[in-house]
Amino acid sequence: MLLSGWFIALLATGYLALLFAVARFGDARADAGKSIISANVYALSLAVYCTSWTFYGSVGRATSGGLSFLTIYIGPTLMLLFAGVILKMVRISKVHRITSIADFIASRYGKSQLLAGLVTVIAVVGVVPYIALQLKAISASLAVLFAQAGNDLFPWWLDTTFLIAIVLALFTIWFGTRHLDATERHEGMVAAVAFESVVKLFAFIAVGLFVTYGIFGGLGDLFQRAAASPELARLFSLDSGRAGTWTAMVLLSGLAIIFLPRQFQIIVVENVDESHLRRAVWLFPLYLLLINIFVLPIALGGLLHFQGQAVNPDTFVLTLPLAHGAQGLALLVFIGGLSAATGMVIVETIALSTMVCNDLVMPWLLRSTWLQAEKRQDLSGLLIGIRRAAIALILLLGYIYFRAAGEAYALVGIGLISFAAVAQFAPAMFGGMYWKQGTRAGAVAGLLGGFAVWLYTLLLPSFAKSHWIGGGFVEDGLLGVGWLKAQALFGLAGLDEISHCLLWSLFANIGLYVVVSLNSRPDATEARQAERFVDIFRHAGRETDARLWRGSASVEQLVALLERFLGPARARQQMASYAASRQIADWKKMSADADFVHFAEAELAGAIGSASARVMVASVAQEEDLGLDEVLDILDEATQVRAYSRELEVKQHELQAATGELRAANDRLRELDRMKDDFISTVTHELRTPLTSIRALSEMLHDDPRLELSDRKRFLGIIVNEAERLTRLINQILDMAKLESGRAEWTTGEVDIGEVVREAMDALGQLFRDKAVALEGDIPASGPVVLADRDRLTQVMINLLSNAVKFVPGGTGRVQVRVAVAGQRVRVEVADNGPGLTAEECNVIFEKFRQGGNTLTDKPQGTGLGLPISRQIVEYFGGNLWVESRPGAGANFIFTVPLPASEE
Amino acid sequence: MKRASLSRQRLAALGLLGLPLLTYPLLGLPSGSWAGIPAGYLYLFGVWAGLIALAAWVAERKGS
Repeated sequence: MLLSGWFIALLATGYLALLFAVARFGDARADAGKSIISANVYALSLAVYCTSWTFYGSVGRATSGGLSFLTIYIGPTLMLLFAGVILKMVRISKVHRITSIADFIASRYGKSQLLAGLVTVIAVVGVVPYIALQLKAISASLAVLFAQAGNDLFPWWLDTTFLIAIVLALFTIWFGTRHLDATERHEGMVAAVAFESVVKLFAFIAVGLFVTYGIFGGLGDLFQRAAASPELARLFSLDSGRAGTWTAMVLLSGLAIIFLPRQFQIIVVENVDESHLRRAVWLFPLYLLLINIFVLPIALGGLLHFQGQAVNPDTFVLTLPLAHGAQGLALLVFIGGLSAATGMVIVETIALSTMVCNDLVMPWLLRSTWLQAEKRQDLSGLLIGIRRAAIALILLLGYIYFRAAGEAYALVGIGLISFAAVAQFAPAMFGGMYWKQGTRAGAVAGLLGGFAVWLYTLLLPSFAKSHWIGGGFVEDGLLGVGWLKAQALFGLAGLDEISHCLLWSLFANIGLYVVVSLNSRPDATEARQAERFVDIFRHAGRETDARLWRGSASVEQLVALLERFLGPARARQQMASYAASRQIADWKKMSADADFVHFAEAELAGAIGSASARVMVASVAQEEDLGLDEVLDILDEATQVRAYSRELEVKQHELQAATGELRAANDRLRELDRMKDDFISTVTHELRTPLTSIRALSEMLHDDPRLELSDRKRFLGIIVNEAERLTRLINQILDMAKLESGRAEWTTGEVDIGEVVREAMDALGQLFRDKAVALEGDIPASGPVVLADRDRLTQVMINLLSNAVKFVPGGTGRVQVRVAVAGQRVRVEVADNGPGLTAEECNVIFEKFRQGGNTLTDKPQGTGLGLPISRQIVEYFGGNLWVESRPGAGANFIFTVPLPASEE
Repeated sequence: MKRASLSRQRLAALGLLGLPLLTYPLLGLPSGSWAGIPAGYLYLFGVWAGLIALAAWVAERKGS
């Protein structure tokens, strides 16, 4: 029989052994430097949020409150989306070696032992009953199973719940305090918790599928059957009358997901890599969604199935499979519930024991004369001992609370009561991360005020409902004063108790925190910590830190301190790695500068909390008190330096850009200079050719009076031609120079381009006729009209036509002129059937003094400036001039001029 | 100065979008049922799943 007591005990023990194996494996891998904590494991470990209160209790809540149980999971989903806030918490904790939420708050407000203690007390008072709830859940699930099997396993005097508490304590001690880690990280535990998360999700979905599709005919069938009963139909209708409660619960659970000690432990302290948050942001909400899909169906299924019977809805997940003989499934559910409870208990007690040890016991121990008298070198063993004792004590407290409360109200409602307790950390935490003015006095006042209101409006009334204390303050108000009624404070009735408590406690908490902070002055340590926390992402770092500490210390004393609390082996290991990071071969040769003191303090903080670490370091180092003003000066200076360096960076960028521009400009100037030289030497050469010819012929005429008249006439003709060419050349050079320097005069107006082309053709008509070259035009009768300089356009046209007539063969030559509108441009083509140009020549002819044809053998036919000038002119009007040609296929010179933009 | 990365800002925007979608009064809008399943139940889980899908898309996108 599956459900015998022995088998159940064996199964539970086997499961815990498996869990332990997973944890050991995780630890072993961590020690070997091969962490198994991946982003997925991290995200799954967050599901320690889903305790047995989720596993069993959600169904119970759904049977009374309908869909409102979902608020507990919607809040965390939304909160995780503010990943920036969580990232900041993680970063701060890594930098300051923070190991618990108490340490976080204490460190921010000047490493205050008072605050650390206060936060620890609130956490313990708020959370111990929650641990009791887990014990109750395991006990209740066992009771259900044993009710079927008959408890023949344990004698009547042995309480199974006590046994469970002992096993859990041993378990937690085993893998929670294996060694004292500088970062309080427990990779084995995280791995085990992630494993448990998978188990409980699997178990819950299994029972959900069984109820929905095994017992009933699917979701639709289940809902339709439930809809038949008005009482059940109420459960899945969303009632806007509970709008306020709904929002309050979302807020409350959103705060709980980061401020419950176990959640802070898993999300912040156990985070090995900040990038894991990326996965957790959606994978953990997905987990929550999956584990909740079947809660309402199971609740409805249970209510339908057990109609009229007195079955505790909290146990539906067990009783429904059992009622249908699915014993294997019931055992799986039991294991799932065990996972949910053990995961929560382990992480919560580890987190609480760290806080109790570092923030309650250590401060007291450090002050006691016993410790000072005790000159034992190594206190690390003592620290572990304290933690183990704290774990045992917390579980014992949980057990006692469970025994005392039993079935009383105080246990059932404790989940949300715990949430409301840890919500009190929110103002001090958020304020501490984003508001530099928040002070220790403000945080203490806010926490005390919020905690007091929470006690009065939520915890004590729950005691009263359990009849442990008189209920007078709830019914009639404290001392009979009506407006002091615990759950209708100042007459505020009509809210449920959780919303009521949340409203008043946060009101008191935030109010006191803000008002007291604004009216108190931080001391130097506080001001420094405020700066470091709020500006964690842009903290100036080492140098400012070093300036903020002045005093003297000896390396020996600090090392002795580390050895005392970390153990000699671990202390030396840390020292060696610190020395290596500073490129010092032997740590014994280091000097105790500010940086080293900070390192030592951070290491100590990892082991005993920041507040105690501060006290211990101060006890061996002679520190100079800087005073608030000086600290603020240094911090302001650091801020300014940051601002300056940022400014400097910007200036440097500008300077670099300017240098680049200057270099480019310089290069361009050099290029221009070279071009000018080239130009001058070319011009000189071009001018000398006709001059030489003129001079030679003139000398011949001058020296030889016996020259024939015909020769004289011929020579004179050449002289006149060359002189003309010279004049033309000089004119064009001047023209070119004007165009290039931008000093040319332009008279821009509306020009009928067709008319200009026709006039140019007429002007050169004689030239064409002389050489017997055909000149044909394809020109619109009027227009197109462009904005240009008429004379300049004529110049371009004449240049193109005279080039064409120069290069076509006499007799068979043909030149065609076309004017057309293409898009937003006028396109003018002058095509000839001359020898054509090579691809290279097509480019070269637009350079100055470069001409078509072989200039070495042939006599130059032009000045070599016509085309460059024409191109300049056309480009001035916003157009282009180019040539399309192949050797032997004639040349087609084309230029375009944009049409004026239409008036629209 | 280091600014919050764009993906973090996008996630926070999703959070701000989710809050009104998953609380009253918007939560009171769906009524009736679809294939026998109450509209409110579908709406809650649908919006929730949608938020998670968007968050996954934003968070896991390369180069953001």
